[in-house]
Order: sequence, then structure tokens, then C-alpha cells
Amino acid sequence: MFLNQFLLLAAILFCIGVYGVLARKNGVLVLMSIELILNAVNINLVAFGAYWNATDNTNVSGQVFALFVIAVAAAEVGVGLALVLLIYRNRQSIDIDDVDMLKG
Amino acid sequence: MFNMIDKVWIIPALMASSFLVILFFGKRWGTRATAGIGIAAVSICLLLSVIVAGNWISRVNHPPTGAALAADVLQANGLTPQTGENIAGEVNAVTHDSGETVATDSHASMSEATTSEASASEHGAEHESVPPVVRTVTWFQIGGMEFEMGTLVDGLAAMMLITVCIISLLVHIYSTEYLHGDVRFTHYYAFLSLFTASMLFYVLSSNTLQMLVGWELVGVCSFGLIGHWWEEKKNTDAALKAFLTNRVGDIGLILGVIITFFAAGGTSFNVLHINEYALSHSANTTLLLVGALCLFGGVTSKSGQFPLHTWLPDAMAGPTPVSALIHAATMVVAGVYLIARLYGVFFSGLAIGSSTFHYVAFIGGFTTIIGGLLAFVQTDLKKVLAYSTISQLGYMVMALGVGAWTAGVFHLFTHAFFKACLFLGAGSVSHACHHTFDMREMGGLRKKMPITHATFLIATLALAGIFPLAGFWSKDEILAGASSGQQNAYTIMLIFGLITALLTAAYMGRAYWLTFWGDYRGHAKPHESPKVITVPLMILAGCAVLFGFTNFPGNFFGIHLPGGVTTRFEHFVEPTFAFPPLQHAEFTPWLAVVSTILAASGLFLAYQYYEKNRGPHGLTSRNKVALAGYTFLENKYYLDDLYTGVVAGSTKGPLARAANWFNQNILDGIINGIGLGARKIAAVVYVFADQLIIDGAVNGSGQGSEGAGQLLRKIQTGKVQQYASILFAGAVVLAGVLVFVV
Amino acid sequence: MKDFLNSWGISLMVFLPLVGALAMLVVPKAKEQFHKVVALAASLVVGFIGILLMTNFDYDASGRLQFVIDKAWIPIINSRYIVGIDGISLPMIALTLLIVPLCIIYSWNHFPEPKNPKAFLILILILETGMLGTFVSQDLILFFVFFEVVLLPMYFMIGVWGGEKRQYASLKFFLYTLFGSALMIVAFLALYFLSDPIEVGGQLMHSFDMRILPELATGISTGAALFIFGGMFMGFGIKVPMFPFHTWLPDAHTQAPTVGSVILAAVLLKLGTYGFIRIAIPILPGAAEKWAPFIGLLAVIGIIYGALCCLAQTDMKRLIAFSSVSHMGFVMLGIATLTTFGFQAAIFGMVAHGLITGMLFFVAGSTKDRYHTLDISRLGGMLKSMPHMGWILGFAVMASLGLPGLAGFWGEFPAILSAYNPGLGLNVAFFRVLMVIAAVGTVLAASYLLWMYQRVGFGVPTKEYEDDPHLHDVTFTEWLAWTPILVLIVVLGFMPNIIFKVTDGAVERTIAIVNGLGG
Repeated sequence: MFLNQFLLLAAILFCIGVYGVLARKNGVLVLMSIELILNAVNINLVAFGAYWNATDNTNVSGQVFALFVIAVAAAEVGVGLALVLLIYRNRQSIDIDDVDMLKG
Repeated sequence: MFNMIDKVWIIPALMASSFLVILFFGKRWGTRATAGIGIAAVSICLLLSVIVAGNWISRVNHPPTGAALAADVLQANGLTPQTGENIAGEVNAVTHDSGETVATDSHASMSEATTSEASASEHGAEHESVPPVVRTVTWFQIGGMEFEMGTLVDGLAAMMLITVCIISLLVHIYSTEYLHGDVRFTHYYAFLSLFTASMLFYVLSSNTLQMLVGWELVGVCSFGLIGHWWEEKKNTDAALKAFLTNRVGDIGLILGVIITFFAAGGTSFNVLHINEYALSHSANTTLLLVGALCLFGGVTSKSGQFPLHTWLPDAMAGPTPVSALIHAATMVVAGVYLIARLYGVFFSGLAIGSSTFHYVAFIGGFTTIIGGLLAFVQTDLKKVLAYSTISQLGYMVMALGVGAWTAGVFHLFTHAFFKACLFLGAGSVSHACHHTFDMREMGGLRKKMPITHATFLIATLALAGIFPLAGFWSKDEILAGASSGQQNAYTIMLIFGLITALLTAAYMGRAYWLTFWGDYRGHAKPHESPKVITVPLMILAGCAVLFGFTNFPGNFFGIHLPGGVTTRFEHFVEPTFAFPPLQHAEFTPWLAVVSTILAASGLFLAYQYYEKNRGPHGLTSRNKVALAGYTFLENKYYLDDLYTGVVAGSTKGPLARAANWFNQNILDGIINGIGLGARKIAAVVYVFADQLIIDGAVNGSGQGSEGAGQLLRKIQTGKVQQYASILFAGAVVLAGVLVFVV
Repeated sequence: MKDFLNSWGISLMVFLPLVGALAMLVVPKAKEQFHKVVALAASLVVGFIGILLMTNFDYDASGRLQFVIDKAWIPIINSRYIVGIDGISLPMIALTLLIVPLCIIYSWNHFPEPKNPKAFLILILILETGMLGTFVSQDLILFFVFFEVVLLPMYFMIGVWGGEKRQYASLKFFLYTLFGSALMIVAFLALYFLSDPIEVGGQLMHSFDMRILPELATGISTGAALFIFGGMFMGFGIKVPMFPFHTWLPDAHTQAPTVGSVILAAVLLKLGTYGFIRIAIPILPGAAEKWAPFIGLLAVIGIIYGALCCLAQTDMKRLIAFSSVSHMGFVMLGIATLTTFGFQAAIFGMVAHGLITGMLFFVAGSTKDRYHTLDISRLGGMLKSMPHMGWILGFAVMASLGLPGLAGFWGEFPAILSAYNPGLGLNVAFFRVLMVIAAVGTVLAASYLLWMYQRVGFGVPTKEYEDDPHLHDVTFTEWLAWTPILVLIVVLGFMPNIIFKVTDGAVERTIAIVNGLGG
């Protein structure tokens, strides 16, 4: 089994996600990009998990981590969407450039 | 006759209690009672003194022997005699030894010091060693050593007792009239009693420390009595001058007492012990010389020797009876008495036996002349007498200085009476003349005051040394002593003495003629004084006539009286214990003739000049040298200016002010400066250290964090994506570090 | 009785005044009579205990500490409550016991402004405790505590009841002495740590016990000993006061109320000299020998210098204050000779000076009460306007100038005498020079005192006071307060053995320690 394809895919996904987070103005899209980053990590975790499982089939920690990440990501998206919703309700916009109330 | 000699302490104690009674009850009981107490006390003292003298005479006639002698010797040396049967024998053995040692010791030194063996053995035979009677009690204890206080009675002490008591008694009586109605009659009598007590205490002292106590106490009484009329500044000035001048001399006395104490082993102040040490072969003569000179410092002030005599004339500010008692007859001879008492120290220290010239004799001789000269320029009768006293005290000191111990002490004895007589006579005159002593306001009193005149004349002649009055005998002995000396003649002193004989007669003649002859120049109505005044005068005049015979020479112009009559004074008064072996000058006919001629011519010259108005009158206005001399004398050799102006003035003035200035400005300035400096430093510390540095650090940290915040807030844009970019950039950097560096 | 005195006597004597003070503390100050009576009673009872102690004192063994109490106090530093009396402390205690009641009697009817007898008397009682405590302490820390206890009441006494410049004077007094105390405690601590330890309950500990410190301190190096002595010298020397640390004294005396001056002169100054005799010299004899010429020199400078300053004074009280500097110079000269004669002279001088100068301050205070000034040029003719007071002043003046036959002489003369032959290896020639200068000081003493007396006592009253009704002669309370002092001055003058005999054993023991260890 080759690990590189998975890692490559994950790197691409990660890069797309980073781009989305840094460049998009839409809050929802930023959230989605974060999901992409997380899933890139998941791919890595599962890939390494499978890779290690070939020699030691009792080791499933990679997969277990991936499951954790999925669960946490779901919760995160939930909170994130709720924030976006509230921001929209207050400002009639979800452009995150407008949200700079913490400016020092 | 009962034995008073052991309990002689009663005499001063009696006077002291008289003082206390007068002090506490005198005012309440009135003047008569006050005077009565004083007179009664002195009378009893006189009686007891006569008994003491009698005891002493019988002691000399029947000297103690064996155990009694041994015990006395022990006691005289300041050791406590043990009593009790069981140890008596032991003591006997021990004391006998020491007694014998003393005897042989003095014998040995005697034959060494004397040139003629024969005369030495003669003296040895004539004078058996009669130890003085010493009775002591413990005074204080230091370093386990016990120091004693006690009485010492020998011929000298007994003679002084009688002299002091007689004159004190007469002065007590005389004063009842002289100070009648005085504001401070009680105080006066209290002080008289205290003085008499102190003086008796002094002459009976068995050790030098005790002498110091008596010495100072008589000084205080003198101070109090000179300043008797203290309302006037003149009188208090005189009192202060007397006390302070004496204090200057007392430095010497204190140091002398200390030096002799340590020289003699540092265990006892006992005078006999010190004398014995001084006469022993092992004595350190250098130390004794220093000690003697220091002691002589005390003598110089107390007995009015040059250059500390200046207080004595001023002391005449006190009441006249006081001048007679204190400043003529008794207190001022305390110095002479000191030399006589500690003669061993002076004898060895100054090498009186072998020298022809030394400080003490010279000062004595010099003082006689300067005192005599000053007496000429006085217009105040009392001042004439005061300078005369100085001069005569010089005579005594000179006599002691040339080794004529008996002559000096004999002169002390005779002088006391005729000088007291002169002073009291002067008081009587002033009593009659509106309390003035200015001779320019007297004259012609001979007729108006016959008794005063007669007694004054007798005393004048006695002082001038006219045969056969007391002064003749004592003065002659001094001159004889100076001419023969011990080993060598004291020629200079003899010349001094002869000049003074002339001077004395002349100035006394001047005073006598100015006062009693010519026409009365005053404004009062002089009258003879009452009996209370004249009787003491007569008694004293009687003494002045008679007392010279107490030391009638053995060979007077070929008259040989039996041995039991001649030189009695010498026989009984001169110590034979712990005393240097002295050569006694024989009566010298040519000296007696010369000195009498000098005295007579002095009187004659004064008579011619002042009574007959012959001779070079007005010399001072014609001759510059004479004027200069006169001015020099009138200003008392400028000594007063030196002391009052220069010494006292500079001490009181610039020196004291400088010290005070130093204290206030330098020392206190330093302290205040330290205080101020501390405050300044504190201010500096507050401003710089506290406010600037410490507070600055606190504030600075706040400002620093604020500044940092200001800088950092620029980064906090609130834009999520910007944060994220930084985050990623950071992550990339970290990743780079992780990959490339680690 | 004897057992009781042995175990309780000294503690009772020292702390009874405090009990009296406490009792007065709870009673309102309006009840003046109560306070006066309680204060007097307390001081008299203390005096009575003192008399009991003195009558039970074994005079043949005056060198030995008696009535010793030795109890644990601060175990951690091995400082103990040790008190005892020997021949050196006995005269000092007697002096204190005498002076305090007399001061209370004297102030009975004329308390200085601003009155308030309660506070004033409480301070006096606290002072008494402090003074007595200092004289009985045999432990350095205990000594130090009592030494400092004295300071505060005196500070308040000057600061509250004093004259116009009281603030300045009291602060100067306080800071000056405190400065000395600071150095002193440092010296004590150095002594503590550098001396050999002893075994206490199976444990090696250093000790503050003054009784054994002379032995323990032998191991201290010469250099360290010199410094330690120096610290004590500052502490005690300022209190004495020695030239040039005396400048607090004239101000404190001039400003202090009469009673304050009396206590200050009579007892407080003696704490310093007592410290030298009791602590500094026996514990560090080697250092004392090195310091002695210096102390002697300062003492003699003080004698002459104090006298000269006296001559320049215009204020009677200030003059008397400066005379203290001069007289304490004699005391210090005696101490500096390190001989029995010198120590005896010093102790006698301390008592004599306490009585005589105390007396002079009493008279000065009464003079001020009547004339409302102490400017010598405005006074005069006291003998005329107030004969008794004039004579008493004259008597005190005579006593103060060291007249033989009165107490002052026995402090002066043996001190001069002792300088002829100083102890240990001291330079004889140097001390003889000091002796001569000190003897000259007696002349100066006579001159300033007599000049003062001439201007105050003799003459006629100035115009200002010619018919002043305030000039009344000595009052009853004044007689009561003064008579014991006057009598004692005469009695001690004629029977010096009263003190010399008591102190002799203790002084000899001290000198033996000095010679045995330092020679």
C-alpha cells in the first residue's frame, strides 16, 4: 500500500481549505473550508492508521482519532453556523470582513 | 593634770559644735547669746590647749620609754597599736626594734649631715627622741588599704593650738563691740567658730590629706569673712580673688600631697611617715624636690608669697578683727606651718642642709623685700599692715628655707601676737574715726586714744625688732640662722633679711607717725574705744613684750642663764622625731647689734621724714626714676593687672567665649549639621531614589506595558482572516523550524 | 525575711514603681491628690524595700553579687533574667531610691506647665523602674532593655513639660542617646557571638551573662575587642556625656523641667559611667587598656572645656549643665586610670555629683519659679531677698567646687591622685600630664561657680526684683526635699568611708579581673 496518494490528496484538500479560510468573505464558506482542513487531517489519520495496521493489527488509534475529529467537527460546525446566524440577524450580513468588533 | 593629749580631738569638735549651735539657734537666741556661745567655746578650747601644752611639756621632760615609747612610735607611723595582754609582749618586741631603728637612723644621718662630731653628739644627748602623740581612727578604705584620720600632737601643734586659741578668743571678745549692731552678727560669729574649728583641725592633722581638708576649710571661712559685707561688689571681688588665688596655689598643694604620698610608698598620708621616708637614705630626692616645690605652690598662695601674694591686701575688705585673726595671725601662717610640719620633705627635697641658695629661701627673702617696699606707698593703714604681714611671712618662709626651723616657727609665734595687736589697734582707730583706714584722715590720735596708742607703739616696736620685745628675738634668730646656715651660710638671704629689718622699721614708723602724731586731719571726733576693745589690745601688747623671752638664747652677750630657762621654745617645740638633724645657730652679737641699729635708724628716718618733714620730699615729682619706681610700687608691680586683666580676663573673656563658641558653633554645629544633613539627604533620597527610581520603575513598568499594548493593538484588527493568516504563517515557520532545523 | 528578700527583693523593688504607675493609669487625672499620694507611696515603699535590702546586704562580701535572681527569660538566645546587687551597684541604687521620692515631694505643689500631675508622676515612676533595673541587671539584653526604658519617659518629660525650645532639646536628647544605644547593642551582639559558648542543657550556646562574660570574652581577638569596646564607648560615652558627645546635655538640661534636670543629672548620667565600670572594662580589659589613654584625654579635655564653657554662660541652668560635663570628666578620668583609687573615686564622684548637681538644679528650678528667669545678669542679691535659699545655693556651690569636707572632694581628689599611678601598662608620663591638667580644672571650677555665685547670691537685688512679692524664701516642701541632700553632702564629706567601704570589695574584684586578664 502506498501512502503518498493519500497524503497528496490530503495536502491538496488542506491547501484548498486554507485558501477558503483566508480568502473567502462568506462566513459559511469559511466554515466549510475549515471542514475541508479537518477532513484533510482525517484522511491523513486514516491513512497512517491503515499503514500502521498492516504490521500491528491491534493498533487502530488513527481511525479512532478520525472518528473523534468528525464528531468534534460536527459540533464545531454547529456552533459556527449558530454564530453566523446570529451575526446575520444582527448585521444583515455574513461578510466576515465586517465583523471586527474585537478590533483593538 | 589629766591627760588631754589623747583626746585632743575634742578641741576642734567643740568649736565645730559651737558653729552648729550658732548657725541653727544664733538668730533665735540673739546676739548676746551668740557671742557668748562663741566666747565660751573658745575659752574652753584655750583652757584645754593649755592643758595639752602642759601634757606635752611633761612628756618632753619625762620621755616615754620602753613599751610606751614603742607603741607611740608605731602609732606615729600610722600603724594601729594592738592592745591586750597576750600580744603585748609580741608587740613589745617588734616595736622595740622599730623604735630603735628610728633612733639609730636619725642618729646616723645626723652625724653624717653635721660637720662637727662633737656638736652632733651633744644634740643627740640633748634631744631624746620624743615621738608625737598620734591618735587615729579609720577614715576611709580604698583597695583594701585603710586610711586614717587623727590628731597629732607635738610641740609645734601645741604651740599653734595656744596661739590660735588666744587670738581667736581675743578676737571673739573684741568683735562683740566692733561688730555691734552689724546686720550679720550671727553669721559673723558662726564663721568665726567654723574658722577656729578648721584651723585647729588643720594644726592637729596627722596626715597630709587631712591638712588639705583643714587648709581648704579655713580658705572658705576666709572667703566668707572677707565677703562679710557682700552687698558691695568691691568686697565680693576681694573674697573671690582670695579664694581663687588660693585655689591656684592649691593645685600645687594637691599635687604635692599626691606626689609625697606616692613617693613614700603610696600607702599612707601620715606626715611622720612621709617625713621619715624623706629623711631616709633611700629617698628619691628628685621626686621629693618636685613634691616640695608643688607643696610650696600651696604655701605661696596661702602664706602670701611672691607672686601669689596679691590677694592678701585685698582681703582687708573683711572686718578688721577677721584680718587680725585670719589674715595676719593664723590662717596665713598655715603655709608656714605646712613647711614646718613636712620639714623632712623640704629639707631633703631642696637640700636645705647643704645648699646656699634655693627656691624656697629665695622666694621667702624676695617676698620680705617686695612686701616691705609696697607697705611704703599705702595710705590705708590696714594695707600697710597687710603688706607688712606679707613681708613677715616671707621672713618665716626664708627662715625655714635656710634651715632655721625654730627661728621661723618662733617668728610665726611672736608675729601672731604683735601683728594681731597692730590690726586690732588699727580697728580700734577706725572704730573711733568713722570706719576709715585712710591715714590721711588720721593723725594726732596719741592723745585721744592713749591705750590704743600705747599698745600700737609696743607692737610697732616689736615688729620693728627693737630690744627687748618679741620681734627682736625671733628676727634675730632668723638672721643668725641665715648667717650660719647649715653647712654653708645663706648670704643672700641674710642681706634680704637685713634690708627688710630696715624697711620694716621705716614703714611701721611711717604708719605710726602718720596715725598718732601731728594734727588730726579727719572729720570725726575720735575717742578712746571701750574696754572690750582695749583689754584685748593690752593682752596682746603684753604678749608682744613677753613672748620673746620664751626662747632666750643660751649666751646673750655673755649672760649665761641656767639651762632650764634658755631656749625653752626650741626645746619644747622643735620636733625630735622624723625630723632632720639641724644645726642651731648661736646668738650672734654683731648681727643683733647691726639689725637693731638698722631698725632704729629706720624708725629714725621715718620720724625725720614724716614727723619732722625733713629729707627729700617731693622727690617723685622731680626725679623721673623715683616717679617710675613710685608708680611701679603704686601699681603693685602690675601683678594685679597681670592676674585680673590678663590671666582671669582672658580665661573669663576670650578663652571661655571661644570655648563656648566652639561648643555652640562647631560641636553643636556638627550635630545640628548632622541633623540638617540627614534631612537634606532624606530629601535627596526621597526625590531621587524614592520618587525617581523606585516609583519610576513602577510607573515605567506600567507605561512600558501600555506602550507595548499600543504597539500590539495595531495587530489586533478584529479580522478573523488576518489572524488566521498570522496563525498559518506561524505554523509554517514552526513547521520550517521543525523540518529544517531540528 | 532573708529568704524572701533573696528570692523576691530585687524584682519587687524594680517593678513596684510600675505597679504604682499602673494603678494611677486607671484613675482619672482629675484626682490629683490621689496620684500624688500613690506616686509618693510607691516610691517610698520601693525605698523601704531598698533599705531592707541594704540592711540585709553582707558588707563584708561586697564584692560578691547578692540577692541574685537567675531565671530563664528568652531561652532561644540564652538571655536570662539575672539581677543582683554588689558593692558597685548599691550606692547607685541608694542614690536613685533617694532622689526619686525627693523629686516627687519637690513637685508636690508646683508641677511645671502644662500641669497634669498624673502623667508626670507616671513618667517618674517608669523612670525609676528603668534606672533601678539598669543598676541591678546582670544580663546584657536585660541591661539594654532597662537602659532604653529610661529614655522614653525622659523624652516625654522634656518634650511636654520643658521650656521654649523643648521640641528641639528632647529630640536631640532622644536621637543622640538612641544613636549611642544602637552602637551599644551592636557591640553587645558582637560580644555575644564572638565570645566562647557555654553548655546550657546539653547544648552549646552563647551567653549574655555579665557575670561570666569576662571569662568567655578572653578568646576575642584584639581587633574585634577594640571595635566592640568602641561600640560600648559610644553608647556609654554619650550618656555620660563625654566630650565631644556632650552637646545634647546643655540643651536637655536647660529645657527640661526642674525635676527632669535633677533626675537627669543625678542618675541618668551615671548609667553611662556605671556601664563602663560594670560592663565595658571588666569584660574587655585588653581593649580598655588600649582605649584608656584616649578616654583619659577626652575626660581631661572635658574638665577644662566644660569649665571654660561655664565661664561664658549667661543662663544659670546652662552653666550648671556645663559644670556636669566638667565634673563627669573627673569621674571618667578616674575610670580611665584602671586603678582601685580611680574606680573608687569614680563611684564616689558619681554619687557626689548626683547629690550636688541635683541640689544645684533644684535651687535653679526654684529660682526660676520665683524670678521667672535664669539670666544671671538679671539676678543678684539672692542672699538679701531670700537668705536661706542664698545660703543653700552657696553651700551647693562650695560642694560643687570640690571643697574638702564636703562630698564633691572625694570624687575629685582620688581621681586626680589615681592618675599619678595608672594601672596596667598605661603610660605613666601621659597620665601625670593629665593629672596636672585636671588639677588646673579645679581652679576653673572654683572660678565659674564663684563668679556665678557672686552675681546671683551676693550684691543687692536688681531694680526689677527689688520689691517683687514672688520672692519668698524656701518653702516647706522645698525644705523637705532638700534637707536629706544637704545633710548627705556634709556627712559623706566627713565620713567618705560610708561609700568607700561598700564599694571597695567590688571595685577590688573588678580591678582584679582587669589585671588578671588584661595584664
